Amino acid sequence: MGLSETVMNGILVVLALSIFAIVVNIKVKKAKVDKAPSNFLNIIEMFVEFINDMVKSNMGEKGMKFAPLMITLMSYLAVANIFGLIGLASPTSDYSITLTLALFVFALVQVVKFRSYGGLVGYGKSFTEPVPLLTPINIISEIANPISMSFRLFGNIMSGSLIMALLHGALGYFSPLVTAPLRLYFDIFTGLLQAYIFVMLTMIFIDGAVK
Amino acid sequence: MLQGISSEAFVLGMSAIAASICMLAGSFGALGQGMAAAKACEAVGRQPEASAEITRTMVLGQAITETNAIYGLVIAIILLFVQPLLAAL
Repeated sequence: MGLSETVMNGILVVLALSIFAIVVNIKVKKAKVDKAPSNFLNIIEMFVEFINDMVKSNMGEKGMKFAPLMITLMSYLAVANIFGLIGLASPTSDYSITLTLALFVFALVQVVKFRSYGGLVGYGKSFTEPVPLLTPINIISEIANPISMSFRLFGNIMSGSLIMALLHGALGYFSPLVTAPLRLYFDIFTGLLQAYIFVMLTMIFIDGAVK
Repeated sequence: MLQGISSEAFVLGMSAIAASICMLAGSFGALGQGMAAAKACEAVGRQPEASAEITRTMVLGQAITETNAIYGLVIAIILLFVQPLLAAL
């Protein structure tokens, strides 16, 4: 099986996050209710509350069932985007991985739409709004969503690692002087921002699919 | 064909020029993002208590504005590294 390096790294991120989730689970079960939580659990709690607030403000109380999905997407994307920091290729700099994520979101949005509009007839009718003349444009704008989502994530992360590679090639042994501060921007800032934007857009699309 | 230039070299050079033209899409994207940031600054100055909401809207709008610039970047990367025009030679 010829797995590329980026796909291997994607699997590595999943494994690392699974082990991390098991550790958190054990720590949460061990925590005493009457005592103040440890620093580690405090940080986890802040992260969970951040996602919960985001879901609540974007999708309302009825969207809370999507919060576990959002936290999964967010933690995967955040770790995958800053993966370049440890010297390996970031999984999201491979188009196949970002396209998979975007297609998953697209399928989820269609299922939510199908359910909320009540079957095939309502679902088909949702494309003819506000006037039937706009049906082709509605269909195109629906299909354009996963394309723009996947290219946005891919382009941002890929361009960062490409610029790094070009600088390493051009400057040789002196490249760390320039690339170390740039990593701060391209890997950490852009990576976390793109993870945030991807999750945000997912929420907005799902919220827009509900009638 | 021009004298002394092989057709492969000609196609590669033209691909490089095309890639640099593609990157011009980024300049207009930057213009749009700057406009959004300027308006967001004005809005925060007028209503400092709504700065969290304004920042979120600004970042989201900039992300969508960026799409066109990203398309240009992707086309430039494909032209430079996948070299589809060489295969058509």
